[in-house]
Amino acid sequence: METILLFAPLIGALLAGFGWRWFGEQIACIIATSLLFLSMILSWVIFLGFDGETYSISILRWVESGSLFTDWAIRIDRLTAIMLIVITSVSALVHLYSFGYMAHDENFREGESYRPRFFAYLSFFTFAMLMLVTADNLLQLFFGWEGVGVASYLLIGFYFRKPSAGAAAMKAFIVNRVGDFGFLLGIFALFWMTDSIQFDVILPMGAELATQSFSFLGFEVNAANTIAMLLFIGAMGKSAQLLLHTWLPDAMEGPTPVSALIHAATMVTAGVFLVCRMSPIMEYAPFATNFIIILGALTAFFAATVGLVQNDIKRVIAYSTCSQLGYMFVAAGVGVYSVAMFHLFTHAFFKAMLFLGAGSVIHAMHHEQDMRNYGGLRKKIPYTFAAMLIGTLAITGVGIPLTYYGFAGFLSKDAVIESAYAFGGGLGNYAFWMLVVAAAFTSFYSWRLMFLTFFGAPRGDHHTHDHAHESPVVMLMPLGALAFGAVFAGMIWIKPFFGHPDEVGKFFGVPYAEAQMEEGHDLADEDAHHYVFTGAPGEGAIHQAPDNTVLNDAHNVPKWVKVAPFIAMLGGLLVAYIFYIAVPSLPARWAEVNRPLYLFLLNKWYFDEIYDAVFVRPAQALGRFFWKFGDTKIIDGGINGLALGIIPFLTRLAGRAQSGYVFHYAFAMVLGVVALITWISLSIGG
Amino acid sequence: MGVADITFYAFSTVLVAAALLVVLARNPVHSVLWLILSFLSAAGLFVLLGAEFVAMLLIIVYVGAVAVLFLFVVMMLDVDFAELKAGMAQYMPLALLIGVVLLIQLGLAYGTWVFSDGIDSRLGNPTPAVDEMHNTKALGMILYDHYLLVFQLAGLVLLVAMIGAIVLTLRHRVDVKRQNVLAQMYRDPAKAMELKDVKPGQGL
Amino acid sequence: MIGADLAVLIPEIVLSIYAMAGLMLAVYTTKDGMAPALTYATAAVFGIMALFIAATANGPAQSFGGMIVVDDFARFAKVVILLSAAAVLIVGQESMQKSGLGRFEYPMIVTLAVAGMMIMVSAGDLIVLYMGLELQSLALYVIAALRRDSVRSTEAGLKYFVLGALSSGLLLYGASLVYGFAGTTLFAGIIDASEGGMSLGMVFGLVFMAAGLAFKVSAAPFHMWTPDVYEGAPTPVTALFATAPKMAAMGLFARVVHDAFGMAIADWQQIVAALAVFSMFVGAIAAIGQTDIKRLMAYSSIGHMGFALMGLAAGTDQGVAAMLIYMSIYVTMNIGVFAFIMSMEKDGYAVTDISALNGYASAQSGQALALLVLMFSLAGVPPMLGFFAKYAVLVAAVDAGLIWLAVAGVIASVIGAFYYLRIVYFIYFGEPREGLAGRMTVIQWGGLMASAVIMIAGIVNLFGIDHLAANAAQALVR
Repeated sequence: METILLFAPLIGALLAGFGWRWFGEQIACIIATSLLFLSMILSWVIFLGFDGETYSISILRWVESGSLFTDWAIRIDRLTAIMLIVITSVSALVHLYSFGYMAHDENFREGESYRPRFFAYLSFFTFAMLMLVTADNLLQLFFGWEGVGVASYLLIGFYFRKPSAGAAAMKAFIVNRVGDFGFLLGIFALFWMTDSIQFDVILPMGAELATQSFSFLGFEVNAANTIAMLLFIGAMGKSAQLLLHTWLPDAMEGPTPVSALIHAATMVTAGVFLVCRMSPIMEYAPFATNFIIILGALTAFFAATVGLVQNDIKRVIAYSTCSQLGYMFVAAGVGVYSVAMFHLFTHAFFKAMLFLGAGSVIHAMHHEQDMRNYGGLRKKIPYTFAAMLIGTLAITGVGIPLTYYGFAGFLSKDAVIESAYAFGGGLGNYAFWMLVVAAAFTSFYSWRLMFLTFFGAPRGDHHTHDHAHESPVVMLMPLGALAFGAVFAGMIWIKPFFGHPDEVGKFFGVPYAEAQMEEGHDLADEDAHHYVFTGAPGEGAIHQAPDNTVLNDAHNVPKWVKVAPFIAMLGGLLVAYIFYIAVPSLPARWAEVNRPLYLFLLNKWYFDEIYDAVFVRPAQALGRFFWKFGDTKIIDGGINGLALGIIPFLTRLAGRAQSGYVFHYAFAMVLGVVALITWISLSIGG
Repeated sequence: MGVADITFYAFSTVLVAAALLVVLARNPVHSVLWLILSFLSAAGLFVLLGAEFVAMLLIIVYVGAVAVLFLFVVMMLDVDFAELKAGMAQYMPLALLIGVVLLIQLGLAYGTWVFSDGIDSRLGNPTPAVDEMHNTKALGMILYDHYLLVFQLAGLVLLVAMIGAIVLTLRHRVDVKRQNVLAQMYRDPAKAMELKDVKPGQGL
Repeated sequence: MIGADLAVLIPEIVLSIYAMAGLMLAVYTTKDGMAPALTYATAAVFGIMALFIAATANGPAQSFGGMIVVDDFARFAKVVILLSAAAVLIVGQESMQKSGLGRFEYPMIVTLAVAGMMIMVSAGDLIVLYMGLELQSLALYVIAALRRDSVRSTEAGLKYFVLGALSSGLLLYGASLVYGFAGTTLFAGIIDASEGGMSLGMVFGLVFMAAGLAFKVSAAPFHMWTPDVYEGAPTPVTALFATAPKMAAMGLFARVVHDAFGMAIADWQQIVAALAVFSMFVGAIAAIGQTDIKRLMAYSSIGHMGFALMGLAAGTDQGVAAMLIYMSIYVTMNIGVFAFIMSMEKDGYAVTDISALNGYASAQSGQALALLVLMFSLAGVPPMLGFFAKYAVLVAAVDAGLIWLAVAGVIASVIGAFYYLRIVYFIYFGEPREGLAGRMTVIQWGGLMASAVIMIAGIVNLFGIDHLAANAAQALVR
């Protein structure tokens, strides 16, 4: 079953990509999609029937070289199971959605076949992503990691006639290389320290690694911290965290279904998955986890601020994705991996839906993406509006405070924020406040998006607005399915993800035990379960050190902490309402008054410009230097000089010597003998 | 210094001088004549060594046949040696230089000449003393017994030379009338001539 | 006693008697009318002899007191010589007939030449060496001038003869120096004599002998005859020159340096290495300027001999094995290429100008592909056998510590790749002009294709030649 699940997308990709000439475009797309739905069904079967016990299925022996040996195997544990349903569900729905979205595309010429290729890429991506999450060793994980990178590259650059799409694809790939380099170093370091890349072997060694050290770049460094940092650098690249985030907004050049699948729901969360997967090592790397908290919170805040002023509907959602990924990393950083996975899980639903909704809007508006040219679309595309509304309610975190009733985002985001507070100390407070402010901003830009798009008077091209139409049913069906998830996913699964340690432990297959009552530790909550995790590193899907009580503490934070995100959300909503419904002239004036700030945000904190100046230009200058001078002048010049100057000269010389006269030839022979004799007598005599 | 020594030096001096003159003589016919003189001197040296058979062979084969052939060839080919020599003069200095270098080195080699250790055992004594075996017989023993293979190979080489000469020079000219003896002999006079009765004014 | 001696030499004796019998037969029957039949019969005899040698191979044997040595090395070389000569005869037969050279003497002279070559690689004595060499050379002089009405052909024959005489003189002079030092002409005796070190005179003898042998393998700077003779001789004869005699001379070279001078490896190593470097560069550089494909192949063979000599220069059994592998592959490639050259004609006349190949691929894609494979193989482009040949000698040279030689070889091969690739360029990207008319005959086509297929198929296991070559080398190097 697991094998079928894994290979169905690959078969779909191959059939659709290479076979469409035989059985036609439409059939090819249908084959790919139906195989994906098969995968989805199997995933749900596995997820719902999974009992928390880790098991793995070996497919074939892959590498055996010295002490490095590894199988190609499927590892199923709770983390994998969660990822499986996220990936296959979103992917299947996106496949379906693409039937409508990609039906006609003006980026391709009449009669050109692009749809089977698109579906093949999507299916191939899904396969690579499944490889990533089912990996039972780092090599296989890395294979999937690079596979999704390739698929992402291909899909971002799908509109290959657009120069910007090509540039964005390259940017995504190159920026990811930076992260991948760190990731690779991390794998090497792990192999160096543990002599294995099998999860079964390396995960239990987390605590041991923390006590060891090795020499890196001439410094004696702590093994666990260094490895964790290196792995996190890889995660930063894939999950678009600050410093390596610049590719994600540009990646919106790809078709919208791609953005929904790859750049919202699945691939970008691979970094979070990696950190959770490596939790037994992360737990013993305090420096690395602190860094993750700082960076995650900063990313959440940064992306939210940039999202405030963007005008492209997809870019707003892209920054929102970036910001939400920051939330997940904070959760992972403070040590509640289950909460990180929880947010990942819910986020996948509502963010995919937002993207698909945005795609539906774009589809309706004939590929117009600037929100300033929208307005008043509520009536024209009611179903899309409804879906987007649900998505917005979910991402902004609407729910009933202090209870477990609310949209998916409400529950998971609050869980993250409470965990951050529970982590305590300066770092916890910093993360808490950053996230709360980010939540307010999130609320603002999400509602801004809604108001600009669906409310107010129509702006922009009249003709476009007149012809705005609701999307076909194949595009609305996925929206409906995702809406269901966005509403209920949180409420259904909050306990397993963010319950008490016994519930979480049971779900994730981690051993737990009754807690010793500690004196002075006032557990006021009357129905509190007194359990702690007792699993050794490597047992179960995630690992939390015995002294990690954040999960317990998160349930016992003060009431005001629990309410804070909700208040922030309301504030954001209010301001958005004032700005875009009540007094629509206000934003322009505000921007005028705070022009430097506005420009700062509009230009994304000038990250691209700084990178351009610091990395891109010097690198290009260096490259140009090597090209113009090193290659053209020295190497080409040298070779050409040799090949076009000296060799022909020698050739002419040889031709002249070949005069045709016998006595010349004889003379050459005698000369040769004399030369040899002289040389020999000199070498013997000397 | 006995008579043998004096004879040896006389023959060798004449030999070297004649060989030099073969190369230096302006007239090619003179060169061939000098060559004959050097052959004769060499034959004299062989006699001194007790190899009468080889000496006689040298005179009969080389002087009697080869040198005379040379003479004919040189006389029949109208080669302008002066012209050839003019071309050679151009290369003379360089050739001389190289020759001198080679000579010096060979001198070096001969000056420091040593025989290998145990050469005597390897050398053996293929020619028995004259009183034991006749010179010609000894030669025959070596040639037809010890070096049989080489002798046969030499025969093959000569065969190739013969075939080669035929292949390269023998021509069957089609436009030349040849005498066919058999055809002549089988000729029937009765059929040689046919009488035709030609009517006037008509022709055949 | 004499019977046992002769038994070792059965193949050579059979060939000699066959040659004489064939001559008599043809003279008393239809003369040149027998030429095709005799050619094929000769090839068949060669094939049978090769089989015979391979089948009766059991350990080293000597005869005539060590003057003839038949060991695995000699057998390997003899089989290569016989098979390549047979292949050249078969492939060239039609071409000879077509150009009016269908002389019955031709296969017979080739037979005697081959007998000479077989003596050469079996030689255990300086005199035998010389007789074998002359038997071969004299026969080759004759067939080089076979087209006696052509100025070029007779010029080629004469040049070859005169220069060959000079080289024989050098060889004999060297041999006399060696004899003077060692007191014997037997290789076994020479190696004994040099056990206590060699005098300068002996080393000079070695140099002179090496010069004479280098002429036969056409190693630079004793190569000057090669282009003129290759160009002037009839193409099938050129094909023969480029194959069997090269193997024979290389085998003889190896035999002399190992059997007679095996105690003085350091002395001849530098000579052979110098010859190798010089040949590789001359072959690579001078070929660039050629417009005639036969001249080009002449320089190509000079370059290839340089590589083979590199294997020899290593002075190890590994090096000799590499040399043997190299020669086998080289011979195979050349048969294919010359099969093609023989078919090059336009309006009934043979064409040898490279520019005639322009756009050949559009006319004859299959043959063009085969030619591409062969050219790549000659240049040493990896998937083809030619690469493995070069690789083997380079490894041998490096293992023997001659790294500078290997580096020079790589550079030369890069330069040399230019003209092979230029031919490919002409074939595939040249502007099609009048091009070549005339189709290949079945036999020529077969030769070309078989050679090309071997170049590809051989990469699997080299047809086991490497093992045979290793055995042969071990028999020679002690």
